[in-house]
Amino acid sequence: MKAESNLKNVLTQHNFAVTAECGPPKGADPVVIQKKGDILKGYVDSVNVTDNQTGVVRLSSMAACAILRQEGLDPVLQMVTRDRNRIALQSDVLGASSLGIRNILCLSGDHQSFGNQPQAKGVFDIDSIQFIQAVRRMRDEGLIIGGEKLSEPPRLFIGAVANPFADPFDYRVVRLGKKAAAGAEFIQTQCIYNLKRFAEWIRQVRDRGLDRKVYILGGVTPLKSARMAEYMSRQVAGMDVPDNIISRMKGVDPKDQRREGIAIAVETIMALKYMEGVHGVHIMAIEWEDVVPQIVEEAGLYPRPETSRE
Amino acid sequence: MITAERKPLAEIKAMLAPYRKILVVGCGTCVAECASGGEKEVGLLASALRMDAQIEGRTIEAHEMTIDRQCVYEFIDKLTEAVGRYDVILSLGCGAGVQAVAEVFPKTPVVPALNTTFIGETKESGLWVENCRACGDCKLGYFAGVCPVTRCAKGLFNGPCGGSKNGACEVDPDSPCAWQLIVERLDSAGRSDLLEAIYPPADWSKQQGKGPRKIVREDQRSES
Repeated sequence: MKAESNLKNVLTQHNFAVTAECGPPKGADPVVIQKKGDILKGYVDSVNVTDNQTGVVRLSSMAACAILRQEGLDPVLQMVTRDRNRIALQSDVLGASSLGIRNILCLSGDHQSFGNQPQAKGVFDIDSIQFIQAVRRMRDEGLIIGGEKLSEPPRLFIGAVANPFADPFDYRVVRLGKKAAAGAEFIQTQCIYNLKRFAEWIRQVRDRGLDRKVYILGGVTPLKSARMAEYMSRQVAGMDVPDNIISRMKGVDPKDQRREGIAIAVETIMALKYMEGVHGVHIMAIEWEDVVPQIVEEAGLYPRPETSRE
Repeated sequence: MITAERKPLAEIKAMLAPYRKILVVGCGTCVAECASGGEKEVGLLASALRMDAQIEGRTIEAHEMTIDRQCVYEFIDKLTEAVGRYDVILSLGCGAGVQAVAEVFPKTPVVPALNTTFIGETKESGLWVENCRACGDCKLGYFAGVCPVTRCAKGLFNGPCGGSKNGACEVDPDSPCAWQLIVERLDSAGRSDLLEAIYPPADWSKQQGKGPRKIVREDQRSES
């Protein structure tokens, strides 16, 4: 049983961290989560579980995290402010800690209009930065919003996200600074395909000294096909897939495109490994979790470090 | 102003089905400005109802009246004499107008002809945009006159989400990203310091804390 966050241990012991994303099923079957956990076990330091990503109803992130923890993994609970008000969010933070979940990623969440419940009421009682601040105060001061005292504070390693590819570009690093000031300890970024722009962003991050305040994990998503690259470039807001990546994918035979997508992912990770201010990678293989071990091995990141465990 | 849009004729007809004598009442303020419930729209809707009834071989009587404001009793009073002669009031007021009229004439059914939509401004002719949610705690002074509660699809207080691209909102690419506007305007006003501040959670009790809100002003109550 791990008393502390494995991810936190890996990072504080100066290792290059590897996390992966696990999407829960659109159903109540726990075996799907267990299988994904089995595939990832030993190849990553922690596993993020998405919270009804893109506004689509799925098995809850909290439940999936509890299952992964039973399987011996270190889960990262993603929580969005779209679906819960501050009462429910704070309650779930306490619940997560009580279940032994030791990492949380605070997000605002994709707008409900994109999902399969477009008539739902978007809550957005608080935003992601206010949420980070609330969790940090709960943990460090034992106080909830409004100042009431907790009988026992939650024990959580607190994360947030950053998108270096959205606009306004120069404000992106200001917003990261706000997340750090609010209490975020690690950051997972949007998928990186445009390394040049990412390098420019990380330079701004270093200029502000933010890489010494938060651990930054670069996001990597292996492309399955040229069509996926084009779709992400055109249809997904906040995603920057440059033409050279698209033409590289198009340049290979469709049956070899997965192999090319893996190669791009591995090259991206290698570049990130040597980029000052980057402390790890977050691999988001969308409904393709079984490719993660191969990517981790090819990037020379296997085996994962053993951290001190209780 | 409060904006509204007319309901589809079929929905209005369904609500009016049990009645023959209809008092069609417009409002000369907000909904007249947004061309949904003023004198002109009252005339158009009453004609449409008459024509429709004629085609279907029914007889109805639709009398048109437009008062200055359906949300203020002294104006609603102008209907008092006429109301008794009709089976139903079809109100082209906003939700506040419909309810105020219903309160004054409890014996006569009142049905709405409009869907009340938002508090907004006339951007150009034929275009109205929402820009206030009446949260009861205006912070426009910190956000360069752009309301993040209303104009950011997620109501974010602390900067743009990851879906802001080329000045547009990912949720509706025809709408500007409110935070792009806030960042640009605060920068150009030399107030980028405000962009670094963390805004605490909003006090939504000022918007919905104890059910319907009231404003009580003793200084305004004395004379009546």
